[in-house]
Parts: sequence; C-alpha cells; structure tokens
Amino acid sequence: MKYTEEHEWLDAKDEVITIGITEHAATQLGDVVFIELPDVGREVTKGEEIVVIESVKAASDISAPLDGEITEVNEALAETPGLVNEDAEAAWFFRMTTTTPEEMDGMMDEDGYKEFVGE
Amino acid sequence: MPLDDLNDLPLAALHQEFGGKMVPFAGYSMPVQYTAGVMAEHLHTRGKAGLFDVSHMGQIVVRGPGAAEALECLTPISVVELPEGRQRYALLTTDTGGVADDLMVANRGDHHLLVVNGAMKHADLRLLQAGLPGIEVSMLRDRALLALQGPLAAEVLDRLVPGVAEMRFMDVGTFDWLGAPLWISRSGYTGEDGFEISVPAAAAIGFAQALLGHADVLPIGLGARDSLRLEAGMPLYGQDLTPDISPIEAGLGWAIQKVRRTGGARAGGFPGADRILADLDNGPSRQRVGLRPQTRAPMRAGVPLYATEDAAEPIGIVTSGGFGPSIGAPIAMGYVPAGTSTDAVLYGDVRGKRLPVAVADLPFHQPRYVR
Repeated sequence: MKYTEEHEWLDAKDEVITIGITEHAATQLGDVVFIELPDVGREVTKGEEIVVIESVKAASDISAPLDGEITEVNEALAETPGLVNEDAEAAWFFRMTTTTPEEMDGMMDEDGYKEFVGE
Repeated sequence: MPLDDLNDLPLAALHQEFGGKMVPFAGYSMPVQYTAGVMAEHLHTRGKAGLFDVSHMGQIVVRGPGAAEALECLTPISVVELPEGRQRYALLTTDTGGVADDLMVANRGDHHLLVVNGAMKHADLRLLQAGLPGIEVSMLRDRALLALQGPLAAEVLDRLVPGVAEMRFMDVGTFDWLGAPLWISRSGYTGEDGFEISVPAAAAIGFAQALLGHADVLPIGLGARDSLRLEAGMPLYGQDLTPDISPIEAGLGWAIQKVRRTGGARAGGFPGADRILADLDNGPSRQRVGLRPQTRAPMRAGVPLYATEDAAEPIGIVTSGGFGPSIGAPIAMGYVPAGTSTDAVLYGDVRGKRLPVAVADLPFHQPRYVR
C-alpha cells in the first residue's frame, strides 16, 4: 500500500491500481453525503481533480495520483457515500492503469504516511 | 472577565474535554463539531437533547424610561406591546430597508435583553448606543449563553431548574441554580422545543457539566446548529439576511406587527420604513424560498439559479445549502423572483454543471414548539 500527501491510498495489483482516501482524511472530512466519480475510460493526468466529495461541512476533491486511464469506479460508493466514514480502507473510489508506474516508488509507505499526519 | 477580549469563551475547557474540533468563528474559537460528528449531533438533537455553547452571541441590556418606544425607532416590531416575561423575534433595519441584524428582544421587567448575532454584536452595540440617546445600552461581558434543544430538553432542564417545563414558547424568566441567577427563554434556533440560558460566566462550566451529566444530553457543535436551522427554514444573518435584502423579501413580514404597518397606530418610524412598508403593501420583487436539489449533489451558498438548463443570466441565488440529516437529502434556501411557484424546477450551476433544483416550501422540518 502506498500513500500520497493528498491522503489517498493506492493498492497496486498486477497492472491495476485501486485508489481510496485514508481514514485520517475521512475523519477530517466528517460525514460524507455525496461523491461524484469520474467516467470509466477517462484519460487522466496526475493532479487533475477527478472526484468530488461533499461532506456535511464542505466540498473537496480527489485528484488523479498518476497519469493513466480510469478502468472501474465504485458505484456502491456513489449510492452510499457514508461507506467512506464506516471503513475508508475498504471504500475504494476508482481503479486505474498508469503509464508512469515508477512514480509509485517515490510515494510514502504506511509508516511514512503515519509520520506525515503525525499519528 | 471581559468575554469579548478573549479568543476563548467560558466553556473552552469543556469543549476540549469533549473532543470539540475548534474553528475561528465571530472572533472566537468555537466547536464546529465534537467526536460524534455533525450528522450524529444533528439527529441526537432531533431525537433527544443537545447542548450548544452560543456564548459568542451578544447579550445587550437596554434600560431606562421610554426604552421600548425608543427601540421602535430602530426596529419594525412592536416593542411597546411586548409583555413582561415575553420574548419576540426582531430585526434591526438599515436606512435603505435592508437587514442590519436579526435578534431576540425579551422584556425582563426593568430592562429589555437583546440577544444578537456574534459577528454583528459590536456593530449592533454602536447602532443601539447612537440610536437610543439617554438610554442605558450595555453589552453583558460576564455571562455565557447556552442552548438546550430537543424533545427531551424540558424534562432534562426541569430536573436542574424546577419550573422551566411550565414555560411556553417565547416565555422568559429568571431562575436560580445553586445560587447562580439563570436568565432562561423557551426558544432556540433548531426547530425543536428548547431553551436558551444566560448563565453567569463563573457558573457556566458547572452548569454545562450538570446538563451533560444527563445520559440524554450530548454537546452539539456549530455544524449541526447550521443544518438544524436550515431544516427549520430559519435564515442566517450574513447569508440569508443582509443589508441588501428587505425583511419582506426574506419572508419575515410576520415579525412586523399590524401596529407598525401601513394604517397601524405606530406605522413606520423605523429605518428603511419606506421600502419595507412598500414591499409589504405591494409585494416584493424577490422572495426567499426553500430549495430541494433533485440530484444527490448539495447546492451551497453562492450557487446561481437559472430558469432553464441553458439560460444565459441567473434569476436567483442559493444563500444557504447543504445536507439535511433529518431529511436525508440535500436542502437549501435562496432567493428567486416573486411569484415563482412551489415545485417549479430551476437549475443550479454546480462546478460548471446545470443541475435541477425544485422550489420548496419552508420549513423542511416542521417545528415542535410548546405554545
């Protein structure tokens, strides 16, 4: 598992990377009431805002952690946004393939992320 | 202890103890939520009882001969006919007929107590002092303000302060709690039965702890306060009420008693009376309405409203919006042209997309007051 400074987790299996937000991020956001996911097949560039998350408090975004293509989105999450608050590690947002897999090597591991958020 | 010189209010230590997530608000450090979170806090208030610290609000005493008559020069409501022991919703108006602040006025016998918005209290104090020559106008600096709201509020508070359960909606009175004089009104900003309690700062922590010691009472942050009042259809000053909006456009004509309207014995005589009475007599050009987004996406303050999916110019705007936990859907309020019918479908621009939103009656949640 890898982590970004935008509080995303990335789980790579073969060529496909599953992406969600961390429990820390979910706690900070508060109760999530709306999630807008990208279209499957969309070509994305790193840093591009591709998910909208609205909590009871405010709206925020998730950006693409890598260049690549969206291969699958978690429709259950769009139906029941509160799943993020129940179990952020299980509530994945989307899956993608990437043209720059080597970039994941530079991302934080779990210990590094824990240190980053001061836990 | 001069409260308005401090960043922390009397209950700061208690907020910490309950895991309050503190944010700057109206010049103070205030809890936006506690560990339960906005959704749970909101639902707890609707189901049982929630305790809110609203000590950032201004408590202003107005005292002296002719104070009620003089106050009527600043507000379109009838203060003269407000009986002792009763409270009334009021507005301070601007010279151009907008709203300078909204507030509660209580007749406490030898004085009137005004409870005003925290962000406006210093401006209100100046406005009142300038507008009420020869009358004592002073901000209380040694009293905290708590609100206990919810269907179990009366039962819980009556155990600590016997007698409050007999009060009716908008009654005010002074009660004793272990030697501390509490100024209590049966009112609130949630659409639930409940009380607002002015308590001496020195007794505030002890009193709040006594309430929180009850299993049915949870501390509630500003986040849930906002979603509760939004469901109850109550406007928030600074968003739904501003100096540009007349009380009539805001749907607050009910707050202006007959005696202050055209043809009344004390008609007019308040700032902006020309516009406000004209709006009352002829109808305003725009009106505050409820809004129900037709998708799951909340529409927040600032979202422009269009008559059609591709109209070039907006016809209205969202002034408050979010998710209604008791409604289970996004809700909002905003301004649209007068005559727009309930259920009319407009389009709000959310992140560049025109999403449908239906005009709805306010409130979303029917209040449960004890009258």
